[in-house]
Amino acid sequence: MSKKGTWKVKKGLAEMLKGGVIMDVTTPEQAKIAEKAGACAVMALERVPADIRAAGGVARMADPTVILRIMDVATIPVMAKARIGHFVEAQILEELGADYIDESEVLTPADEDFHIDKSQFKVPFVCGCRNLGEALRRIGEGSAMIRTKGEPGTGNVVEAVRHMRKVMSEIRRVQGMPKDELMATAKEMNAPYELLLQVKELGRMPVVNFAAGGIASPADAALMMQLGCDGVFVGSGIFKSNDPAARAEAIVAATTHYNEPKVLAEVSRGLGEAMPGLEISSIQPNERMQERGW
Amino acid sequence: MRIGVLAMQGAFREHKWAIERLGEEAVEVRLPHHLKDVDGIIIPGGESTTIGKLLNRYKLMEPIKELAAKGIPIMGTCAGMILLAKDIIGSEQPRLGFMDISVVRNGFGRQVESFEVDLDINAIGRVPFHAVFIRAPYVKNMEPQVGILAQVEEKVVMARQGNFLACAFHPELTEDDRVHSYFLKMVKENL
Repeated sequence: MSKKGTWKVKKGLAEMLKGGVIMDVTTPEQAKIAEKAGACAVMALERVPADIRAAGGVARMADPTVILRIMDVATIPVMAKARIGHFVEAQILEELGADYIDESEVLTPADEDFHIDKSQFKVPFVCGCRNLGEALRRIGEGSAMIRTKGEPGTGNVVEAVRHMRKVMSEIRRVQGMPKDELMATAKEMNAPYELLLQVKELGRMPVVNFAAGGIASPADAALMMQLGCDGVFVGSGIFKSNDPAARAEAIVAATTHYNEPKVLAEVSRGLGEAMPGLEISSIQPNERMQERGW
Repeated sequence: MRIGVLAMQGAFREHKWAIERLGEEAVEVRLPHHLKDVDGIIIPGGESTTIGKLLNRYKLMEPIKELAAKGIPIMGTCAGMILLAKDIIGSEQPRLGFMDISVVRNGFGRQVESFEVDLDINAIGRVPFHAVFIRAPYVKNMEPQVGILAQVEEKVVMARQGNFLACAFHPELTEDDRVHSYFLKMVKENL
């Protein structure tokens, strides 16, 4: 008897994406550019985070027509975003056949108290986090992949670095901790005890962890990889730069060869202008996307 | 024995761990010089179109073909199976093309159709192997020189041709190391 939608197959697809770059795309044409550049998956959405930030208003799941058109042209997995807590958007995305759902703070949250019970779905989910406790709460709800949040749509990597450093240092702390301190730490981090125990035993997150939010250059991608993530999401950084195809290809190369400065120096050359960056302090606290979700 | 694991993208870490659990050395291969002195090569699961492109971009296609011509055993899992095939139905994507098989990409469907199943693989023993299939391919047609090692619903999901071994599933995602042991035996016999 074969079993579908199991934890192993949900987690397994994320394992296959490791070392890769997942790119935000809004049209089939962009999906082709991303695939040609060597993306390991694409995220189908209506607007990239920089445009969502600029437009304001309520940001929702993309129109299914757009997602289906992207699924038609892409041979790599197609992910799509649902609002935090919006389990009906997730049901629609599962019905469309999306390969992964991002329950994402980039869209306007639909529920201010509860995330989706992801264990009820056959399709796997990825969720954002700023620290280990938040990551383990999402895994506890059934997320089979984690990404750090960063601050999306800014082209400023500082928050992605902050979140990755935080997660990695907390993993190291838990790893070095005697088991009798674990329950109190679980309480302090608001993390499920059993999952924290797994982190201690494995010395890493129980699922794949990518970096996201503000990655705009090959050097940014390699920085995140050296800080310990398994791969990167690039949103506005590619299609808001002035040569998306070249930049996308360079970011893929930098993610693969993150430990080879010689390759990094080569691929970083002559890419034209990066997307314009935003200083985080210039964004009002209530407009910071990373604050969405808990 | 020294096994090179193609590490551009995909589940290379798990393959490396499996080889290390079996007491052999595993090295990550990202550039041609990483292939020095390898006795066998593993092409992991991941996205076959992506890995194929990166093989060309980082100039690994020819060195791997040269090693294969010398008889170095090569195992491909999932995306790796696709890259080993001469014919990929409906696709012109880059490939190594060592095996006389034609494969269907995403043969069982998209991610929501991914599954786990107990698989009979007589070559590795009588106890069924718990296999994980993720957006998996299968072998549709093959030449007589290709041996069938396992099937799901009459679809060929594991095959061997000489020193090439192809699996549609992911032995690296389980703790059962019998498929890797079988491959290491092929490598040992070739030394």
